Amino acid sequence: MNARLGTTRIWLPPAAFGSASAVGLLSALVADGVWDALSWVALAAPVGVCVLGLYRAFR
Amino acid sequence: MTLGAFTWWYRVHRWTSLVCTVFVLVSCLTGLPLIFDDEIDRGTGKATEPTAPTVPVDLDTLVAVARTQRPRDVVQVVYWPPDEPHVVQVVMGKATDPDAATASVKFDARTGAVLREEPDLETGFMALMLRLHASLLAGLPGTVFLGGMGLLFVAALVSGAVVYGPFMRKLPFGTVRRERAARLRWLDLHNLLGIVTLVWALVVGMTGAALALASPVLDYWQRTELAALTGAYRGRPPPTSLVAVQAVAETARAVEPDLAVGSIAFPGTLFAGRHHYAALMRGDTPLTARLVKPVLIDAQTGTLTSAHALPWYVTALLVSQPLHFGDYGGLPLKILWAVLDVVTILVLVSGLYLWGKRRKTVIEDLAHTRGVGAPSSATERRDPI
Repeated sequence: MNARLGTTRIWLPPAAFGSASAVGLLSALVADGVWDALSWVALAAPVGVCVLGLYRAFR
Repeated sequence: MTLGAFTWWYRVHRWTSLVCTVFVLVSCLTGLPLIFDDEIDRGTGKATEPTAPTVPVDLDTLVAVARTQRPRDVVQVVYWPPDEPHVVQVVMGKATDPDAATASVKFDARTGAVLREEPDLETGFMALMLRLHASLLAGLPGTVFLGGMGLLFVAALVSGAVVYGPFMRKLPFGTVRRERAARLRWLDLHNLLGIVTLVWALVVGMTGAALALASPVLDYWQRTELAALTGAYRGRPPPTSLVAVQAVAETARAVEPDLAVGSIAFPGTLFAGRHHYAALMRGDTPLTARLVKPVLIDAQTGTLTSAHALPWYVTALLVSQPLHFGDYGGLPLKILWAVLDVVTILVLVSGLYLWGKRRKTVIEDLAHTRGVGAPSSATERRDPI
């Protein structure tokens, strides 16, 4: 917990979840079926992290 | 980032958030049931599923039935809900002004059977939620005010993302410190939940702000583009008799054979103007279904007047709708939308809590993680904001 984290370490996970959100928001607009399913999986990523964070904070 | 720059962004985050939080909170709470509008309607037994297929029923028959059921109202729009393939909805109001839509009758397009009647769109829980969400019950001024709050929310999100980096200098992603003060736990949660839902919140915030301007934007379109397209009709008296709606639908299909009729706006309504029917043609994907093309048909003669694509600013409004409502990817997307909405509520509430505890300074937090500059012991205890 002592080392300072570099910019990449700090921003890589938020960038990944941001990209997943963008994919999730856009893919269901493109078409139905598989594209809807992709949207659910992609948006489940940030939602999953939130649920995990809340679990860790209050378990 | 220098301490000065951090302090500036932190201040922007604090004040933009403080001003908009209560209003965004109301929007999140009232928006939550609205996500499930269709499901709640079906669940409360006000609607039924379509029945067995037969010959398609003539549209004018359906319109006539709707008129007999509600003789005092006028028909505004005949609408084909995109996710209910065999349903035709007749939307009615006291006048043709679309803001005054008061009732709707849903038909099975194959049998002509009435599936659902909504005799009063203006009262009830969901209608109240919608009016609170869209205008705080204050009409157009309320709507524009909420649009401004939406822009402040976007500013709060951007400034929040800028100050996220310095806070995380020594904390691996996802850390929630729960062994120390409650405030640190809430700070870590605020940062984590806020940063992973950032893109979603930006999109919903920006589309919400855009939709707040829908009414003035459509007025502008009507006064400029629609007025130009129907210029030859200026000064003429309104049509004395109207051609059959079924004929309008068939003409529109012939003009745009690659598109489907999404709705037909009646003469006098916003999209149609006084002398025309407007058939709004749409594609078959969630996106192209929003990129509608209006086909204007002379209401008295049934002949084609024009078929022009909508300008970018109306299209932008139409595409903003699904991205704000979350209604374009089935029930699973709606559930995800609802969870993200609840997470946003937690970010707002934790932000308020952290502001309430602001005497324990932010500089102290940073001194723990030594991310920004190296605050001297003299500045450490003082709240810089």
